[in-house]
This record gives sequence, C-alpha cells and structure tokens, in this order.
Amino acid sequence: MANMILLGTRKGTVIFDRANGAWRPRPIAHAGIPVCYAARDPRDGTLWSSLDHGHWGPKLSRSRDGGASWDDVLSLKYPQGARYIVKVLPTPDFDPAAPTGKPEYAPATVYKIWNLAFGSAGQPGRLYAGTIPGGLFASDDGGDSWELNRPLWNHESRGGDLFAGDATSENRWMGTPASIDYGVFEPGIHSIIVDPRDPDHIHVAVSTAGVIETTDGGRSWHSRSRGMTNDYSPDPEAEWCHDPHFVTACAGQPDHLWQQNHCGVFYSDDGAQHWRKVSVLEAGVHFGFPVAADAQDGRTAWVVPARSDMARMAIGGSLFVARTSDGGQSWQAFTNGLPQDNAYDIVLRHGLDVAGDTLCFGSTTGNVYLSEDRGESWHCLGNNFPPVYSVRFG
Amino acid sequence: MSRMPTVTMTRHLYRFFPLLENCTITVPAGSVAEVLREVNAIAPGFTDYVLDEHGALRRHVQLSIDDVVVLDRKTLTDRVPDHGTLYIFQSLSGG
Repeated sequence: MANMILLGTRKGTVIFDRANGAWRPRPIAHAGIPVCYAARDPRDGTLWSSLDHGHWGPKLSRSRDGGASWDDVLSLKYPQGARYIVKVLPTPDFDPAAPTGKPEYAPATVYKIWNLAFGSAGQPGRLYAGTIPGGLFASDDGGDSWELNRPLWNHESRGGDLFAGDATSENRWMGTPASIDYGVFEPGIHSIIVDPRDPDHIHVAVSTAGVIETTDGGRSWHSRSRGMTNDYSPDPEAEWCHDPHFVTACAGQPDHLWQQNHCGVFYSDDGAQHWRKVSVLEAGVHFGFPVAADAQDGRTAWVVPARSDMARMAIGGSLFVARTSDGGQSWQAFTNGLPQDNAYDIVLRHGLDVAGDTLCFGSTTGNVYLSEDRGESWHCLGNNFPPVYSVRFG
Repeated sequence: MSRMPTVTMTRHLYRFFPLLENCTITVPAGSVAEVLREVNAIAPGFTDYVLDEHGALRRHVQLSIDDVVVLDRKTLTDRVPDHGTLYIFQSLSGG
C-alpha cells in the first residue's frame, strides 16, 4: 500500500504521509510556485516536481532525501536548431491565407514540463519528460542530462526534420489550450506509458495530435489513434488532431489502455491498435480529464466525469466517480462522501490516481478526496488546498 | 574615475539565489548578455531563470539600463556602460 501522496498545485507541492492509518499533509514545498506535476520515482524514491514559474521559466525540482531538500534541475532544454511550425490561433484578425502560404518557424523553447515518467526497473536513471511544445525528452542519468527524442520531434506529422531545413510534410499537430498562458498555441505531451514488459515499447499522448507508439525504443513512432473520434471535426476519424486528455494503462495487463478524451472515454484491449468509445452518456460518463486504470485487471478503470467541454464542472453540482469493471460496457457511479450539492469541481488530467484499492483525486477548487475501497466511498483530506493539478501516489 | 556597472534585481530572485542578497553586484562593462553571464558566474543557474535556452529574455522578464528599457530581448546586445545599472524586473504580466 502506498504511504505517500504528492499533489502538484497552483501554489506548490503538497506531500501527504500515511501514518497510523491517517493521511497528513506536510507544510507545502515550493510555496507560491505553480507545480503542474509531482511524482515519486518508485525505483529509488526520488521525488520530482515540475515547476511552472510564471516569470522564470519551467524547471524541474528534485529531492533525494524524501522531500527534506530540493534542488533545481536546469538541464532540460531544447537543443540548438530545434524548431517547430508555428500554429496560429484563429483570432478575429487571423488571416487564413497567411499560414497556408508559408509556414512560420520558431525556435523551440520549453514552455511547460507537463509530466514525467520513469523507466523500468532494469533501466536505472531512465526518465522521460513530456513538454509543451510537444517534445519528448529522455534522461539516462537520473535527470542530470536530457536529450530530445528527435524521431518524434522530426516526425512527418510535424513537418519532418526541421533541423535540416524547411518542412517536407504538413504539420498535423494542433495546439493545446494549456499552452495559451505562454503566449503560444502549441501541442503538449501529457501522457507517457512505458510497457513494463518491454522498455522499448512506449505510448505517448499529445494534445492535440493523438496517441503515438514506439516499439523500438523511440527510433520510430506511429499513430495509434484508430477508433478514436473527433466529434467536432469535419473528418471525425482523421489520423491526427485528436485530443486525448489523458491516457494510462493497466500495469499488469499493459495491452489494456484507457483514455479520457475530449470526445469521450476510450478503451483498447489490444495495445492501442484499436480504440473504442465506451462513454455511457446516461451514466454521465463522457467528458472529463483524468482516468485511472487498475494495476491488475485491465478491464477496470475510474473516471471523474464533468459536464461537457463547454462547462467543465461537476455535472448538476454533484461530484461523483465512475468505475467500470467490464471494459467500459457499464459504469457504476459512486457518490458516498462526495458533495452532491453546489459542487463545481473539475479534476484535471493528472488529478486522479490509484494504488491498489486506494484512490485519490484533487480538484481545481482545492478539494482532495480519498477512497480506500476502490472508489465506492470517499472522505475529504481537505477543502482549502490550492487548485490541484496533479495527484500521484508515491 | 571609472566605476563598473551595477546589477540590481527584483528581490524575488533572491529566493533562488540567496547569495546575491544584500550584496552590491558589480561586473565589467559589456553587453547585457555579457553582464548576465557575469552574474551567472557568481550565481550558477541565474541565466536559466531570466533567459531561455536560446539566450533570449523570458517573456515575463523586463530589463532596463538605468531608466531605458532594453528592447533587444533576443540577442541582448545593448551595452551596459561604466556607471550604468542593469535593472532586472519581473513583469506584472507573469502572474
């Protein structure tokens, strides 16, 4: 059973410790600094927080003493020559002729380190980081140095190798609203899934592009969005431009992947070769951001549904968690312990986690709830936390 | 008598570089980029806070040489003269 919960919040990193059956928060770390993701490396216990400084740029912060002290990790940077094709927001003065005439290029800079993933037990020191504007980075020395994965950065779906020259193909990746705070409209990698059976087998998910897979350790990448649908698009089944909000997999059955998408909940039982929509609108299961998968049973997952992309808040003022144990054919809603009136919480993509029978989620209204019976009943760990961006068991 | 340029900064940066607090920072005259590199030599990592990986000023950081705002935010070629002061501000736009 996990004994630690890490929250990434608008105002720092909150760590809960479990002692004598109770979860207690420590004084906040990184006080006043937005933390978009925080997690513990299960291999060596290192704690990581991704700082989203308003003024000073994104930084990783690392603690090797359980959170007693933290050090800046400043080495995650785009290499010289890394460029991307600028996505132009369709503002009122947008000239539709301009961007099609000639692509505009920009030197890549890290706007946001959106999430971290840890390599397998057989790869000590291997870490992954997903960023806005859409670069995947890997480290083999515990984060001391990082390298951009160039095959994905140079993928034909992004215009090809822009290190070498101008675009040789069309850029099919779109921006994420999460990038607008940085004055750009560029994509972001928010999900990285390393197959426990094969560390060369990795899925990443991109807002807004889709799910992408490598089976050769990152030397080549292929779209894995078949079956996902873009309801708002002229071509709902296009290969690119999908908006998976978060993708995760069952650790014990890694071919079972789950996805909370802008356009519904999706499930794959064949390693993302095919997805199928498993939304059940009448159960309220459709729109949302996070999804958590059971570690043993690939058919079991949890979501925290929200009211439509237009509203983005609890449905009918009632907060609930939905669980399926049959691959999304049916969903059971659990409300015990959760507010059923005047709740406007939204739980963001990294805001829900599961460890064994224990689940935890945090909302942007600063409420944190914990369940120790697989989501069937909940109790509140606090109502006055800063807006919560991520929740991870450690 | 010549005097080396001085660097003055928002106290917010002292949180991350406490050794710069309560000291007068003087560096050789040079371009803004050179002056910032000198500060980085005193406080390693400093330029990662105010510049991006291409050496351009971060979006929500402002500089001025005395009371003249630095407009060249990409290459930072403006010269900080002897007797000059480089001010490092955080923009209100940064949240």
